[in-house]
Amino acid sequence: MAKFKKDGKRETPAISTASLPDIVFMLLFFFMVSTTMREVALMVANAMPQASETVKLEKKSLVSNIYVGKPNPQYQGAYGTEPRIQLNDRFATLEELSAFVASERESRKEEDRNSITNNLKVDRNVTMGIVTDIKQELRKANSLRVNYGSTKKPH
Amino acid sequence: MAKKTPEINASSTADIAFLLLAFFLATTTMNVDSGLYRRLPPYQPENTEAPKYAKRNILQVLVNRNNQLAINGELADVSTLKDRTIEFVLNPNNSEDLPQKEVKMIDLLGPVEVSKGIVSLQSDKGTSYEMYIAVQDQLTAAYNELRNRKANEKFGKNFDDLTEEQMEAIRKAVPMSVSEAEPKNIGGKK
Repeated sequence: MAKFKKDGKRETPAISTASLPDIVFMLLFFFMVSTTMREVALMVANAMPQASETVKLEKKSLVSNIYVGKPNPQYQGAYGTEPRIQLNDRFATLEELSAFVASERESRKEEDRNSITNNLKVDRNVTMGIVTDIKQELRKANSLRVNYGSTKKPH
Repeated sequence: MAKKTPEINASSTADIAFLLLAFFLATTTMNVDSGLYRRLPPYQPENTEAPKYAKRNILQVLVNRNNQLAINGELADVSTLKDRTIEFVLNPNNSEDLPQKEVKMIDLLGPVEVSKGIVSLQSDKGTSYEMYIAVQDQLTAAYNELRNRKANEKFGKNFDDLTEEQMEAIRKAVPMSVSEAEPKNIGGKK
């Protein structure tokens, strides 16, 4: 093996790349920690119906979510089994909806206030009564852009 | 002196970390919300009178609390709604029972026959949301197809491939006129 032996005494030592993975991991962790998906904890059943003509909702920042469905088992003692509305992290009544719309509007930039879309995430087992009531409330609050949340039906 | 253990080559751990990073970047899809977009009509005070339309210009779609669908008073299956709507809006034979058409001047398109037909959708408080979405889906499908046909006829492209101005023109030529009647409570069930 002496054949391959170099008499390199003047060779510059290779730069140690041992710390590179640490840097990459640090980046990885930084992104993992900093990208918090602001998603509320669901307190109602929320199996959305399927539809074939769905479109994606653009501009997530302009969407305000309204969840409707049967309360989850742990809340059924306090709230019963009839479909309820969930706004942010709590149950709400119909009357609170206009205040919610106003606060959602307040939290957006002035130029965006009229382009907020209300994303109705309604459980498929809910009857139309509560949905119609919500729509009436939204009309009264003059927040007319509505998205009936549904998942894409596989063909 | 104790024998030194040779250092493990760590240069490949960087590759492994990058591989992980790339894998997670590629696989994490943020769940995008999707659905059927609608614009609600502005709120009308209770006592305002509904505008009157000729009978031929209205396609009455009723869904009752038992999730049965009626089109112009006859029971029908949801899957037929799309074709019924398309026929209603197009009125291919200029029949007396189907909606009138109005010639309008639209930018990019010139004079176009625009149907005066309105789909009137009425649901009950007891209708299930799933059924309601199925009906809305069929109506959307009908109008999407009509717009696609119009786009192909005028521009030779599908509606989705048009520019924003062209889309707007087609939307004007095929307006999505679905009117939801003020809610009624027939079934008495909430």
